Amino acid sequence: MRISTGTIRLVIPAASLALLLAAVFYMQPRAMSYTGLNLLFNLAVPIALATVAQMLVMAVNDLDLSMGAFVSFCACVTATFLQASPAVGVLIFLGAIAAYAVIGVVIHVRELPSIVVTLGMSFVWSGLAVLMLPSPGGEAPGWARWLMTSRPPFVPMAIVASVIIALVTHFAIMRSSVGVLIRGVGGNVRSVERAGWSVIRIRAGTYALAGFFAVLSGIALVGLTTSADANIALRYTLLSIAGVILGGGEFIGGKVSPIGAVIGALTLTLAGSFLSFMRISSDWQIGAQGAILIVVLALRLLLNRLEKREKSR
Amino acid sequence: MNEVTTRQEVVAARGIKVTFGAVKALDGADLVIHAGECVGLVGHNGAGKSTIVNVINGGLPPHAGEISYGGVRAQHGISTARANGVRCVFQELSLCPNLTVNENARIMHAELAGWNWRSRAGALVKLQLQEIFPGHGIDCDSTIDDLSIAERQMVEIAVSFAGLNQKPKLVILDEPTSSLDAGLAAQLMAYIRRFVGEGGSVLLISHILGEILSTSDRIVVMKDGRVVADRSASEFSKRSLVEAMGNVAREKEWQRTGDKRNRAPVLGAPARRGHGLAFQAHRGEMIGLAGLAGHGQTETLLDLYLSRNSNWWPARRKEIAFVAGDRSLNGIFPLWSILKNLSVASLGDFSARTIVDRNREGALGNGWKKRIEIRTPDMENRILSLSGGNQQKVLFARALATSARIVLMDDPMRGVDVGTKQEVYDILRSEAAGGRTFIWYSTEMDEIRLCDRVYVFREGAIVAELAGDEVTEKNVLEASFSGGEAA
Repeated sequence: MRISTGTIRLVIPAASLALLLAAVFYMQPRAMSYTGLNLLFNLAVPIALATVAQMLVMAVNDLDLSMGAFVSFCACVTATFLQASPAVGVLIFLGAIAAYAVIGVVIHVRELPSIVVTLGMSFVWSGLAVLMLPSPGGEAPGWARWLMTSRPPFVPMAIVASVIIALVTHFAIMRSSVGVLIRGVGGNVRSVERAGWSVIRIRAGTYALAGFFAVLSGIALVGLTTSADANIALRYTLLSIAGVILGGGEFIGGKVSPIGAVIGALTLTLAGSFLSFMRISSDWQIGAQGAILIVVLALRLLLNRLEKREKSR
Repeated sequence: MNEVTTRQEVVAARGIKVTFGAVKALDGADLVIHAGECVGLVGHNGAGKSTIVNVINGGLPPHAGEISYGGVRAQHGISTARANGVRCVFQELSLCPNLTVNENARIMHAELAGWNWRSRAGALVKLQLQEIFPGHGIDCDSTIDDLSIAERQMVEIAVSFAGLNQKPKLVILDEPTSSLDAGLAAQLMAYIRRFVGEGGSVLLISHILGEILSTSDRIVVMKDGRVVADRSASEFSKRSLVEAMGNVAREKEWQRTGDKRNRAPVLGAPARRGHGLAFQAHRGEMIGLAGLAGHGQTETLLDLYLSRNSNWWPARRKEIAFVAGDRSLNGIFPLWSILKNLSVASLGDFSARTIVDRNREGALGNGWKKRIEIRTPDMENRILSLSGGNQQKVLFARALATSARIVLMDDPMRGVDVGTKQEVYDILRSEAAGGRTFIWYSTEMDEIRLCDRVYVFREGAIVAELAGDEVTEKNVLEASFSGGEAA
């Protein structure tokens, strides 16, 4: 039996999520309920959206270090402008998405390292966020609040949202003909260029799409927390990168998996809850999260190695 | 001839000049390709073949001269060229390794979009593969990463010949058979003839002169950025082609200096995977690893290297040097100078207390520059300023400059011109005479014939050992193909 590399890429994140979930249920059986699941995965929705945004940038061999700052900025816009005067809020978001496209163009045309450009942009976004909300506050728009706290029958909102995000992005990135171009740029820019495509436009489009998902992430976050703060999502930068890698993505080569990225985001969220259930003090939690990451990645390396050995046989 | 000239022009490039800095890559070259002909393009490395291909396919704007597609002068650019039915298969594989075969077809063919594009792409590639390489056995849903190098090349060729709405008018093949074995190459050449017969045209670039002579209608010879000969293929022979390229064929037969198997053994390996013959190398021998491409030769070289080293804790061992076949992947350091690329393997020999002695390094560089004729004004130039063949010479010098007594070579002459090859062969002979052992995997029969002893590989194991006068093309082929199951 031959299993494709893509399948193997998905098996490990899915298995680690299942394992972690089983451990959580074992320690806290009451989590095995509608409310319990919702509480466990609530915060995963904005992280999943940010992870998908990061995944898009990584699909074209770049890295976005401004993700956390940008989601914070979007959260602040949601809690202020989008709530008070929706039209202005939407305009700001459109401007932000356009700014992302411009960043993509600049990185491509000037051949700059994306890390440097986005690191610089992270200060810009943070600054704008602080200008809007110098102290925590604001209010979530009613519809965002309603969306994030709605209670669909049988399956909690967090799960429904995650599945929808995973399916929509899987279709857009893995199945659609446009998604092929995005991943093609990551795999071999020259080949895409030689086939007559405009790589600038593909990159700009990819960055704009990433900006769009990051905006959604900000809105979802405010929908959950009801108010915003300029620093609300700073850790999303590293969480989103970790989520993509955990989900089977790679830093270069256009190897990404949207379903894996969403699963990775869920796993990272769950890891936090798991460590709380283990009564590990929050001082150690980041380190413990890192340890989980290392274990999962080691597992993947091991499988890759076995696969390679299988192939050479 | 008259019949050819009255045919419609597909592409005409006239008086093209391209310069890279001080180097004149093209110095007024003319190339006209008509419908329904296969044009062979040959020349020394650095003669300007790749450059003129890049001008024709729109990737490189010429500094002077004009290009017309279908007789009409058009704006220069990749999309113009593609709109006029020009497709190109490049020497280095240019598929996206992270995508599936279908998805790569989508990248090459913009028309594959909208609903159901995936199955249309699949059908397109499958049909074309079947037409060019019957019985290929490639799954169109597999990722390029999972395919062998020969399969990748087959996919790339098939995708380029495929046409959804319109068939391509001109397909440029730059060394299309470099990774294909003889059987697949023959299938491709047969397909080229069929394609040309149906009115398409092909520009074929290859170092294998037999291929060019048997497949082309017309052969264009380039030298120093100009076209020096442009005649019908029937007027050329291997010998006259080589002469036209400016290299006098040095075909003196290499005198084998008797059997060296009584000398001290230096390296050995048991039979691979429990079947076939064991491997044994002796001092001063030149050993060839022959057989069809991808039948375990590279793996054997790696095993031999690792038998003297550890995979877990690799150390720098001075007894074995390795010349990589894939220059860009694991050969050169693209950002370094020529000198640094050359000296990196032997830095330990001329450093005192971990500080590199620049003078001795420079002396080493100059010595090798003279000895193997690296064509550069200054060894401090970037390695990428050299042509591919000269880069490969630097890699040879890197291995030979070490004190290693054994040199492993993984088909290092891929895409190197004839003249450079002859120069390297001479060096190898003199080094072997000096007691060095060479273990040489090669896909070219001429190189295999240079060896003292040859192991022929089939399906991952050594199936035959040929020594001395037994090393003939017939024997090697017989061993590679016997059993009837060889592809």
